[in-house]
Amino acid sequence: MDNGQHTHIVKYSTFVWILIILLVLTFSSVAITQLDLGVYTVTGALLFASVKSVIVLMYFMHLKFDKKFYAIMMAGIALLLTSVIIVTFLDYLYR
Amino acid sequence: MIETHTQDTTPSFLEYKGRFKGLMGWIFSTDHKRIGLLYLYSMLVFFSVAAILGLLMKLELIAPGKTIMGAQTYNSFFTLHGITMIFLIVVPGLPAVFGNFFLPIMIGAKDVAFPKLNLVSWWIYIIGAFIALSAQFMGDGAPDTGWTFYAPYSFKTGTNMLPAVLGAFILGFSSIVTGINFIVTMHRMRAPGMNWMKMPLFPWALYGTSWIQVLATPIVGVTLLMVVLERTLQIGFFDPALGGDPILYQHLFWIYSHPAVYIMILPAMGVISEIIPTFARKTIFGYTAIVVSTLAIAFVGYFVWGHHMFTSGMSGVALYTFSILTFLVAIPSAIKIFNWVATLHKASIDLQTPFLWALCFLFVFMIGGLSGMVLGALSANVHLHDTAFVVAHFHYIVFGGTGYAFFGALHYWYPKMFGRMYDKSWANIGLAMFFTGFNTLYLPMFYLGMTGMPRRYYDYVDKFHGPNIISSLGAILMIVGLIVIITNLVRSARYGAPAVKDPWKGKTLEWTVASPPSLENFDEIPTVTDHPYKYE
Repeated sequence: MDNGQHTHIVKYSTFVWILIILLVLTFSSVAITQLDLGVYTVTGALLFASVKSVIVLMYFMHLKFDKKFYAIMMAGIALLLTSVIIVTFLDYLYR
Repeated sequence: MIETHTQDTTPSFLEYKGRFKGLMGWIFSTDHKRIGLLYLYSMLVFFSVAAILGLLMKLELIAPGKTIMGAQTYNSFFTLHGITMIFLIVVPGLPAVFGNFFLPIMIGAKDVAFPKLNLVSWWIYIIGAFIALSAQFMGDGAPDTGWTFYAPYSFKTGTNMLPAVLGAFILGFSSIVTGINFIVTMHRMRAPGMNWMKMPLFPWALYGTSWIQVLATPIVGVTLLMVVLERTLQIGFFDPALGGDPILYQHLFWIYSHPAVYIMILPAMGVISEIIPTFARKTIFGYTAIVVSTLAIAFVGYFVWGHHMFTSGMSGVALYTFSILTFLVAIPSAIKIFNWVATLHKASIDLQTPFLWALCFLFVFMIGGLSGMVLGALSANVHLHDTAFVVAHFHYIVFGGTGYAFFGALHYWYPKMFGRMYDKSWANIGLAMFFTGFNTLYLPMFYLGMTGMPRRYYDYVDKFHGPNIISSLGAILMIVGLIVIITNLVRSARYGAPAVKDPWKGKTLEWTVASPPSLENFDEIPTVTDHPYKYE
C-alpha cells in the first residue's frame, strides 16, 4: 500500500566510505588543535565537526532521502545554533 | 463554527477502569489527562516545600543578624528554593500540566502523538527530582551555589553538588521529550479543518515553547555534565587554575537558561490569551500578531542571554550587542500586552475568578517587564546587578508571570479537569490576599536593591530593616492567601457543585466535550470550520 512514504536502501559501500570520511575528519579536528592558528583553531575544529554532523544527518538519519521540509527545518536549526556561536564569539574575539 | 460529537454518557477519564487500579492506574496510565494531573500533584508537593523555604528565608530577613538560621543554612535554602522552583515547577509547569491535559483536546485529538513517551517523561521528571533533592539530605551538606551552579565555586564547594547537578541534567530529558511530543502532536494530529491559523493561542504558545525546550535544553545538559566532569576528573573547562574559563560556564548556562525564561513565560502568555477573550466575550484582537510575536519571542529570546553577565568581564562589543538585543525582545512582549488590552476595549466583561487572575497577571507582568528594561540598560545594570532589585524583577516576571497564569489556568480549566465548580467567593478572597501579599513582599525589594542591598545574604545593615519588615509581612500574607486558594480547590474537588460542559461560555474545543472529558476526549474527531475565538 502506498502510504506516501518511500524506503531507500543505502549500499554498504556507501556506509564504509562515510565511516572512513568520519574517521578522517575526527583525526583532522584533533590535529588542527596542534597548530597555532589563533581563533581559527576553534573555527576549524567546529567546521570539521559541522561537516561530520551533516554527513550523519544526511545518510545515517536519512535526511537526504526524506521530504525537503525536514531538511529545511534542520537547516533552520543549524542557522540558529551558528548564530548563537557567533554571538558568543563577540565576547571572546573582542575581550 | 465547530462540528463535534461529544459523549456525556461514557465514563470520564477519572472513572475509567483500565488495566491497573488505584495508584497504579495513575502512575502507569498513558492518558494525557492523567499524566497532566500527575504533574500537577507532583508540582503542588514540590511547590509547597519550596514556598515554605522562601517564607523561612523572608523570616530570617525580618531583622538584621541571625534570626532563625545561620549563613550556611540560608545559602542552602536559597539554593534548594531556586532549584526546586525553577527545574521542578516553573520550567515544566504550564506545558506539563495544562499542555498535557488540554493540548490534544484543544486541537481535536484523542491523545498526544507518543502517549508512552509522555508517561516516560513524567517518570524521568520524578527520578530527576528525587536525585536533585537527595543532594539536600546526604553527603557533605546541602548545595550552596544558588540554582545557577556558577563555576568555579560549583566545583570547589565542599557541599554535595553532584546529585543536584545530575538531577537537573536528568530533568532536562523530561523537558526535551515533552517538547518533541508536543511538536509532533501539533504537526500531525490537528483536527480536520484546523489549519495553523485556526489553532488556538495556547497550543501556539506551547509550539514556540516546545522548540525552545528541544533546542536549548541539550546545551544546559552538556554544560552540567561538564561541571560533573570538572569536579570528578579535573579537566579544566571552567577552572582558570586548569586553563579553563569561568565566563564560558556563564555563557553556556545562560544560552539555555535565558530561553528557559521564555519556556516559563510563553505558555503563561498562551493561558492569558485564552482567558481574556472568553471573559471579554469578544474575539481576541490581533490573533496573527499574537502568533507572530510568540514565535518572535521564542527566536529573539535565544540571543539575549548575555544580559545576565553584564558585570562578568565580557567584551564591550558583547555588552552592547546583548543590551540592544534585550531591548528588542521587549517589542513582541509589548505587542501581546497591547493586544490583550485592546481585546478588553468595549468588551462585555464577566468578572470571574480566572479573569481576575489574568488582570493581576497584566499588572504584575508589566512591573516585571519594565523593571527588566532597567536591568537591560548597561549603565543601570552595573549598579543593580546582584542586588535585591534583580530578585524583585525576577519574581515579578517568573512568579508574577508564570505563577499568576498557572493559578489563572487552574481556576479557568478546573471545572473541565475535575468536573466540579469551586467556591468563587473563597477563590476571590484567596486571590486578593495573595495579590496584596505578593506586592507587599516584592515591591520593597526594588527599593532595597536600588539603595544597595545585595541578594543572597542572610544579614544586612540597619538601614535596610524597615523595608525588610514590610517584605517579610507580605510573604506571610501571600502564603496565607495560597493556603486559602489551594484549600478551596482541594475541597471543591469533592464537595463542589457539578460543572456543566461550558461554564464560562468558551469557544475553543475543550468546552465542547464533557466535564471531565472521557478517556478519548471525542467520540468522533471534530471538524473545525472557523476561527477559535469567534464571539461576534
